[in-house]
Amino acid sequence: MIALLRRDLALALRAGGGFGLGLAFFLIVVLLVPFGVGPDRTILQPIAPGILWVAALLAALLSLDRIFALDHEDGSLTLLATAPVPMEGVAVMKALAHWITTGLPLTLVAPLLGFFLNMAPAAYPWLLLSLALGTPALSMIGTFGAALTVGLRRGGLLLSLLVLPLYIPTLLFGAEAVRRGAEATGAQAPLMLLAAVTLGTFAALPFATATVLRINLR
Amino acid sequence: MLRATDLACARGGVPVLEGVSFSLAPGEALILRGPNGVGKTTLLRTLAGLQPPIAGSVDFAEGTGAYASHADGIKAALTVTENLAFWARIHDRPVPEAVFGAFDLSDLRDRLAGTLSAGQKRRLGLARLEVIGRAVLFLDEPTVSLDAFSVKMFARWMREVHLGQGGCAVIATHIDLGLDAPDLNLSPFVAAPDAGGGADEAFL
Repeated sequence: MIALLRRDLALALRAGGGFGLGLAFFLIVVLLVPFGVGPDRTILQPIAPGILWVAALLAALLSLDRIFALDHEDGSLTLLATAPVPMEGVAVMKALAHWITTGLPLTLVAPLLGFFLNMAPAAYPWLLLSLALGTPALSMIGTFGAALTVGLRRGGLLLSLLVLPLYIPTLLFGAEAVRRGAEATGAQAPLMLLAAVTLGTFAALPFATATVLRINLR
Repeated sequence: MLRATDLACARGGVPVLEGVSFSLAPGEALILRGPNGVGKTTLLRTLAGLQPPIAGSVDFAEGTGAYASHADGIKAALTVTENLAFWARIHDRPVPEAVFGAFDLSDLRDRLAGTLSAGQKRRLGLARLEVIGRAVLFLDEPTVSLDAFSVKMFARWMREVHLGQGGCAVIATHIDLGLDAPDLNLSPFVAAPDAGGGADEAFL
């Protein structure tokens, strides 16, 4: 199963792999916000956590349809289904590969972008922490959505409609943690809930993803 | 080694074949024949366990079967060696050195699979079968886009290496592979138009 993760990472890094697409999208969306709402720091500062979280969410969404679509097209998915690896494991590895190529870079670059949005200095560690805890859930939920739409032509739009509502808890607790961290009013509760959502998705969704894949491969 | 008993299978909710029975001993192969659309691919997918049969049963030792079709699972951005190494690792096996010679891939080892011709890709896909080392093979048109020489090469591998080492294979093909294997014409097994049971229980 590690072989699958390594192959997916190698493919993402090579030409046409789409690595950096989500990251570039994240950069552009966040940098567009000050142009849209103006450079007034009293406006930018309070909305910075929300903007960063919404942008991270959309950036993660961008590369979701590639998770299974390419493997379905070239037949790899069918071959994996008869290989001695559990489909549940395939689902986790796919989510992990997606996180390493999108969630992790987004998390690392977010503090830099917080600077462009005049984010409160106290909020930086909380931003890093909340994204590190929350983005794995985005990848796992997205993997489930990608499995649901795997055989469909132009399933991307349907995928967004299916997945975005499921992102709401992560967005809610993530942005709230950063906001409370900035005001020093106790960010522990939303962070714990955020971690709970992530753990919950990793506990349940690999099995759901595997089942959906088996049905879609029939 | 492989036994199908009174098998019925459906494609897209429509019953396609019914009453298919056969059994294969180690070293035996079976060639599936029949016009386009008769259900060769559906039967192979059902045998391989990719879709459940609507009636009957398929028996072979768990973890010994492998399915291969025109889609070889080849990644264009990986080299020939990397493609084979990936499937070898997934199946927890080494890549045997002989495989490059057996499928005439020695000169192509470090080429990106995306730059291979259709026939060369097919040879890479067939080499995957040797690498994963499964004993029961379900092959859907394995010789599509192969030249006459490569077809002979594949037939020799099938005869001497795979069947010779006690494997067995069910092969759907329209050409004569020159294997000493019985044909199974699927036309008599086509399901009656009003046969039931094709609907997928997941959507009821």
